[in-house]
Amino acid sequence: MALNSLGREIPESYAGRKLVPYGDPYSITPSGSVAARRLRRVNPGASKLLSSLREAIEASGLKDGMTIATHHSLRNGDFLLNRLVAEIADMGIRGIWIASSSVHPVHAEIIPHIKSGVVAGFHCGVNGLIGEMASRGELSCPIVVRTHGGRARAIMEGSVQVDVAFIAAPCCDEYGNMNGYSGPSACGSLGYAQTDALHAACVVAVTDNLVPFPVVPVSIPQTLVDYVVTVDRLGDPAKIVSTTTRITTDPVGLQIASFASQVIEASGLLKDGFSFQTGSGGISLAVSDKVRNAMRRGNIKGSFGCGGITGYFVEMLEEGLFGALMDVQCFDQEAVKSIAKNRAHQEIGADMYANPFNAGAVVNRLDCVILGATEVDTSFNVNVNTESNGYLLHNTGGHSDTAAGAKLSIIVAPSIRGRLPIVRDRVTTVTTPGETIGVVVTERGIAVNDRHPELKEELIRRKLPVKEIGELQREICRVTGTPQPLQFEDQVVAVIEYRDGSIIDAVRRVKE
Amino acid sequence: MPDYKLRRSLLYVPGNMPSMLQNIPIFNCDSVIIDLEDAVPLSEKDAARHLVKRFLMQYTDRNKELLVRINPLDTRWGYEDLKVVLPAMPDGIRLPKADTPEIVERLDTLLTEFEEELEVEIGRFGILPSLESALGVINAVGIARSSQRIFALAFGAEDYTASMEIERSRGGEELFNARTRVLWAAKANGIQALDTIFADVGDMEGLRAETELAKRLGYTGKCLVNPRQIEVVHEVFAPKKHEVEYALQVIEAIQRARQLGTGVISLGGKMVDAPVVKRAARVLRTAYAHGMVDTLIDEEAIHGAQ
Repeated sequence: MALNSLGREIPESYAGRKLVPYGDPYSITPSGSVAARRLRRVNPGASKLLSSLREAIEASGLKDGMTIATHHSLRNGDFLLNRLVAEIADMGIRGIWIASSSVHPVHAEIIPHIKSGVVAGFHCGVNGLIGEMASRGELSCPIVVRTHGGRARAIMEGSVQVDVAFIAAPCCDEYGNMNGYSGPSACGSLGYAQTDALHAACVVAVTDNLVPFPVVPVSIPQTLVDYVVTVDRLGDPAKIVSTTTRITTDPVGLQIASFASQVIEASGLLKDGFSFQTGSGGISLAVSDKVRNAMRRGNIKGSFGCGGITGYFVEMLEEGLFGALMDVQCFDQEAVKSIAKNRAHQEIGADMYANPFNAGAVVNRLDCVILGATEVDTSFNVNVNTESNGYLLHNTGGHSDTAAGAKLSIIVAPSIRGRLPIVRDRVTTVTTPGETIGVVVTERGIAVNDRHPELKEELIRRKLPVKEIGELQREICRVTGTPQPLQFEDQVVAVIEYRDGSIIDAVRRVKE
Repeated sequence: MPDYKLRRSLLYVPGNMPSMLQNIPIFNCDSVIIDLEDAVPLSEKDAARHLVKRFLMQYTDRNKELLVRINPLDTRWGYEDLKVVLPAMPDGIRLPKADTPEIVERLDTLLTEFEEELEVEIGRFGILPSLESALGVINAVGIARSSQRIFALAFGAEDYTASMEIERSRGGEELFNARTRVLWAAKANGIQALDTIFADVGDMEGLRAETELAKRLGYTGKCLVNPRQIEVVHEVFAPKKHEVEYALQVIEAIQRARQLGTGVISLGGKMVDAPVVKRAARVLRTAYAHGMVDTLIDEEAIHGAQ
C-alpha cells in the first residue's frame, strides 16, 4: 500500500498494473507520443457492410482478453453493449475488458457475464448495480474509474488499448460516415466515440439508420471505420436523452441556485467573454437561468457554453448570450436538434474537451463550472463516485477535468442528503481534489476555499452567508447528528484514477 | 415608540413536518409563522406542538422573527399550544380568528401569566392578531387597541371570504374594503399592517400584482405559503433607488444641522419635518435589509430630530 498526497491509501498495483499515487493536479508531464495504430487499405469496390453483429465481431478479430469500447451517449437507453456482450458470450470468447465511456444502470444485464468470466474488468466507471455488487464483494472484476478527459488521455497514450470500438451510430452510411443528429436513436454529439474511432485497432459502426452515402455533416469519418453493421434498434429513444430537464421548483434547490449565481456575479468573471459549464440537474439549470438573466441585465455576451449541453444553453446561444457551444454530449432533445442546425453549436471530442495531455483542452478555457457532489470534506475534496453507504454507484464524468481547468469551480449541493450531512470530516472517496474546488454552496451557507481570498471578501461584503467549511459542517450536523464512519474490508474493488493517470483513491469492499 | 421591525415577508411553515421545520434557518424571509392550526390535522395536534417546541429549543442562533400560530383559544388545543410552546421562547403568537378585542385581551392575560411563570419580562411575547372574518374586520380598530403586545394586524382573506360567503378572485376586488379597514386600524394605532397570503404558488405574476396593490395601499408586508414567494415579495417592497438617495440626503441634512447646532433642518430649500424623517428612516432600514446601503441608519440622529 502507498499513501498519496491526500493521505489516501492506495494499492501499489492493481489488475496487473503498477499505480502512481496522486500528487497534485498539474505537475505530471507526459513523455512519448500519441499511440499509433495500424495502417489499413480499402480498395475501390470493397464493401464494409456486414449482415450481423456476430459477423462484425468475427471480422474485428476479437479474441479472449481483448478490450472493447462503446460510447454512452445513448445513456440508459443503450441496447448495444448488452447485445455485444451477449453475442461475445455466445461465441465463447472470455476475459473481455470493457473500456466504454461509461456504463449505465441499463447495463446490469451483463452481470451474469461478469460472473461467468466473459467480462474480466472495466476500464471505466460504472453507474448502478455493477458498482454496488462489486462494493459488496459479489462481483470479482477490477474497475478503473476514469474522468472523460482521463479516458481520452489513457486511450491516446496507449495505456488503455482499445482493440475493437463498436460505435453506436444514429445516422450512418455504408462507408462508415456517421453522426448522431438524426434517426430513431439520435443522441446528438458523438464526442466520446471520436476518441475511440481515432485510436482503436478496429472500428465497427453499428447503426439502426443506414442512409445513402454520404452522411453530412460527418462527425466520425469513413477513413476511421473498418466495418458497418445494421441492427434493428440501437436503443430506447425515450431513455437516450432526457425528454425534459427542468429548473428545480424545490425552495431549497432554488436557494442554492440563488447563492451560486450571486457567487458567479461576485467573482467578477461574469463579463463579456464569460465561459460556463453546468450539468443538467434542476439546481444547475436554476443557476443557468439566473446567470442568463444576469447576462441579459448586464448586456453581457459570453464566449462559450460547454460540456453536456441542454436546451437552456441552446436558448442562450440562439439569444446571442454565448458565441458558441462546445458539445461533447447532448443532454436533451433541444440540444440534439440544435447541434444538427446551429453552426455555432460545435461538436467536440473528449480529447478536445478535457484531455490534460494535449496542446490545450477546452476545460482550460472555462471561467466557471457548476458541479454536484455526494459528499464534500473540510479540505474541499469532493466525492461523486460513492454514496455515503460506501457503494460505488457513479462515474466521474467531467467532474475533475472541469474543476482543474476552470478559473472557478462551484459545488452546489443540498446540505443534507437523505438524513446525512453533505460536509464530512473526510469524504468516503476522493473524486476531485479540494485544491481544484473554489466554492461549496449549500442552502445553509457558502464555504470559500482559502485559494480565493478576494472572492471570499467580496461575498462577505455582499452580505452573503459565508461560513468556514468546518462551521458549515457543524451547523449541518446540529440538524443531522454526526454519522458513524463506514466500515470497509481491505479488498480494493475499484481505483479512482485522476485525469493525469495517477490514483486519487481506492474504493474498498463495504463491511456488511 | 412604534415598532419599526422589518416584516416584508412572513412565511408559514407547517408545525407537523420536521423536514420543513429544519429548513427555517435557511430562508431569507423576515419572519416565520410556525403553524399549529390549519396545517395540522386533528390527530397530529399534540405531536406537532411538541415537535415545534423541540425545534425552537435547538434553534438557538435565530436569524429571523419566529411566531407560532396557535389554535383558536376557544378550542381545546389553543391553551395547550401556549403551554407547550412558550417555554421555547417564540417571539410572538399569531392569534387566528381574532374577531373581538376580548379574545385578544384573553390571550394577553394568558401570556402575562406564562411570562410570570417563566420569569421573563412582561410583554416578552408579542401578538399578531389575524383579522379573518366580517366580525374581525368590523372590530379592527378595537382589536388594534386591545393589547400593548400587538405589533401588527394581519388580514386573512381565505377565512374572510368564507365568512362572507364569496369566492376570492385573482384581482381581489372583493377584498378591497376589508383590506382598507384593517389598514386604517393599524395605521391609526401606529402598528404595521400585513397582507393576506396569495395561495397560487405557481403564479408569480399574480403574487407580484397583489403585493404591489398591497404596498400601494400601505401594507408593509405579506404572509407567504411557499419560500419561492419570498424573492418576489422582497422585490416589490424594496425601495426605489431615488427613494434611497433622497432618504440618504435627509439623514445627511439632519447630521449637518446637528453639527451646526441648529434646530432647523432644510434640504434643497425645503424644511425637513418629522414625517419626512420618519419616511426616510423607514426607507433606509428597508434599503439596508436589501443590501442597497452598507450601514444601518443612525437612530440617535433620527430620534434627536424628532
